[in-house]
Amino acid sequence: MYAWIWRHLPGSGPVRALIALGLAAVVVLLLWNVAFPWAESKIQFDRNTVEHGGSAVTSTPTGR
Amino acid sequence: MSLSGGGDPGRGTASSSGAATSVGDGEANATIGARPDGRRGTLRAIIRGIGELCITAGLIVLLFMAYELWGTGRYTREQQDRLSDQLLRSWNAPPARVTTEKVKLGNGIAMIRIPRLGKDYRYVIVEGVEPRDLRKGPGHYPGSAMPGQIGNFVVSGHRTTYSAPFNGLDRLRDGDRILIDTRTAQYVYKVTGRRVVKPTAVEVTAPVPFRPGAKPTERLITLTTCHPKFSAAKRLIVFGKLAERRPRRLQPSDGG
Repeated sequence: MYAWIWRHLPGSGPVRALIALGLAAVVVLLLWNVAFPWAESKIQFDRNTVEHGGSAVTSTPTGR
Repeated sequence: MSLSGGGDPGRGTASSSGAATSVGDGEANATIGARPDGRRGTLRAIIRGIGELCITAGLIVLLFMAYELWGTGRYTREQQDRLSDQLLRSWNAPPARVTTEKVKLGNGIAMIRIPRLGKDYRYVIVEGVEPRDLRKGPGHYPGSAMPGQIGNFVVSGHRTTYSAPFNGLDRLRDGDRILIDTRTAQYVYKVTGRRVVKPTAVEVTAPVPFRPGAKPTERLITLTTCHPKFSAAKRLIVFGKLAERRPRRLQPSDGG
């Protein structure tokens, strides 16, 4: 996969390396700013409230 | 072998087809020997591709853990800055219809400071304990008492992600001060105890902790967070009691 990408990058050695770094940076930024915030909201492994079943206790319901 | 179930001539042709297969294998081997880039090359590319995908997946998981621990804090800091400005501005403004002021979920209601956790330890407490509220900072359980009121002022906060406001709750000792600033007053609570409970132990949030339904006579504070760190298995609870009420003094550093 990576060899295939490398072969299809234009330019010579150093130019290719720069382009490859740029591509990697784009992928990391997309993950960090788009994919991870979305995934994080689905996972929620750090819960802090005490609650019955699914929702946190509210002794008097408040309108949202 | 799969041809053997084909009816009458099956038994007769099984041996011949087996022989044909072995001949075919021989031919395949010969082909691979002659052309290294052939079928074996394809297989090698597939296996290498799977390996690269596995390594990539591992790196993405590592990066995701880094995001959980450090990336999520940026959102909380942005929100805290915004809420802090908003809260201080509303405190400094002339009180308009204070009596009917109803706090909306996700808005700041008070400032919490815990000297034991550092001189600069300060967070805006937001109203609500839904995930989207707690992403902004420590959250006040809607319906529990407000700061300084008789009853139980219950606040929940993240232990590890999203700036981890309640990371150091296990370092609190009896008698440590928890300062809650509101528009008009600063409430000084003192820690009276700690407890690790099950996530379903809602009785700690009762107006009288562990005695749901009892009529409260004291002004209490309860902080809840997850326990152990990085886990949702249990909850760490810190109890406190109001020791003092002072008029809130404006600090020159309140702007930031």
